[in-house]
Amino acid sequence: MAATDTHHVIETVFRIEQARLIGGLTRMLRNVSLAEELAQDALVIALSEWPKTGVPANPGAWLMAAAKRKAIDAFRRNKMLARKHAEIGRDLDDERDASVEDIEAALDDDVGDEVLGLIFTACHPLLSPEARAALTLRLVGGLTTDEIARAFLSNEATIAQRIVRAKKTLGGAGLSYEVPHGTERDERLASVLEVIYLIFNEGYAATAGEDLIRPALCAEAQRLGRILVGVMPDEPEVFGLLALMEIQASRLGARTAPDGSPILLTEQNRARWDQLLIRRGLAALARAEALGGANGPYALQAALAACHARARKAEDTDWKRIAALYDSLREVMPSPVVDLNRAIAYSMAFSPEAGLTLIGEIEKAGLLPNYAPVPAAKGDFLFRAGRLADAKAQFERAAALTRNEREKAFFLKRAAVCNGE
Amino acid sequence: MRVMVMVKATKDSEAGTMPSTELLEAMGKYNEELVNAGIMLAGEGLHPSVKGTRVAFDGPGRTVIDGPFAETRELVAGFWLWQVKDMAEAVEWVKRCPNPMLGPSEIEIRPVFEAADFGDALTPELAEQEDRLRDKVAKR
Repeated sequence: MAATDTHHVIETVFRIEQARLIGGLTRMLRNVSLAEELAQDALVIALSEWPKTGVPANPGAWLMAAAKRKAIDAFRRNKMLARKHAEIGRDLDDERDASVEDIEAALDDDVGDEVLGLIFTACHPLLSPEARAALTLRLVGGLTTDEIARAFLSNEATIAQRIVRAKKTLGGAGLSYEVPHGTERDERLASVLEVIYLIFNEGYAATAGEDLIRPALCAEAQRLGRILVGVMPDEPEVFGLLALMEIQASRLGARTAPDGSPILLTEQNRARWDQLLIRRGLAALARAEALGGANGPYALQAALAACHARARKAEDTDWKRIAALYDSLREVMPSPVVDLNRAIAYSMAFSPEAGLTLIGEIEKAGLLPNYAPVPAAKGDFLFRAGRLADAKAQFERAAALTRNEREKAFFLKRAAVCNGE
Repeated sequence: MRVMVMVKATKDSEAGTMPSTELLEAMGKYNEELVNAGIMLAGEGLHPSVKGTRVAFDGPGRTVIDGPFAETRELVAGFWLWQVKDMAEAVEWVKRCPNPMLGPSEIEIRPVFEAADFGDALTPELAEQEDRLRDKVAKR
């Protein structure tokens, strides 16, 4: 095998192992920067050894052992950490002579915990959501800084700095790097889910012609969600988020026209929806509900997405159920955008007038001023109620408010239809 | 990308020999690893070809042929559908699979077509045509 091929194999093996490796090292050393450095050191050793010896039978255990040896060397050199040296170095020395099987067993034992601990660390609420996303993709997803920069339409220097700062913040906070328990766990989990959904949405927002790394963020977020349900099988909102992502991703291939313009959910060719992802999403949603989490914000959003996924034709959509789900969602996740969507659901479930009443409440409260989707929805309700002149004014207002050229054209077209054109 | 990972049949699997408890355990553990890595989308084992049927096409002609089928090495005994970053990742994961059969065996990895794979060959016009076709099929 050519050297470059061997290197590619080693890098692939490393990518598969690195979350476990960095997670385990972080917990042992209580230092995420050092853990990442040691993991990289282990990779460098592997790159020099494996081409001669071949890839070992258990590459994960091999890399961990190599990183631990490096850790001991580092501790011996660093007198500042004499106490830790005595403490951890002794543990490590004991382990060094253990057979590979023992190390392997030790690794297998808390596989889930190590990766989970790392996810919780990377998504720590001390960090901004953007920093959490970058750090998670770097440490857990194994993306390079350059890939993360391209994925977030940023530049490499900015992302590199963001990651360095994040690690410094974590290092200075004296964290335990354990998986949190009790009420802290709930707060920290919310922060984890937020980041995964942020990564997913960034990928979902990608448009045709952009760097392929962007839509790949959806797959990465789904993978993180799937890892999380594996290690937290009793958390309903984890299943809720996974269900939401799987069902939304099922429409990725159907949501844009060949010319790149977006297609409304109700107009999409449902034959192009990915039935495998829908089934997976519905199963995850059922699990969230069985765990008593039907009213979690992610489970409710997943249930909404499921209403569309279950309808073979747009006409079959259960709008009454959607309206009821929005009633519940606004209780647990109050937001004027949820209220707007609720108004749309009511207009479909009951009557355009029902929608107009609810949208009137949003306007009266002074919420979402100058937000194009409000006049767009209102125009649609008025149009369906037969009040064409009023509808036209709303569509024109929506066209004036949007910054998206395609949307603008769409609203102007709807305004023109009100004239009977 | 998605890949289909196919476990090829052997004389034993075609004879309906059931796997040992050890193999079932090892496979269970391996499947768990796949799930925990977030790459497994689906997977199933298939009955031997003696329970299978083929439909042969020749122009308008359709001939139904009942199993078993002779070319054992070409038959599929089970499959997974994985979501991986690239073929290299799929290969590494397959290497970690316990030998799924009693004797020597083979696993084949095939990338699943994605719309992007058609590249320029799938012009907007063609894509639209395909859409219309799917629409018709859906309405039928």
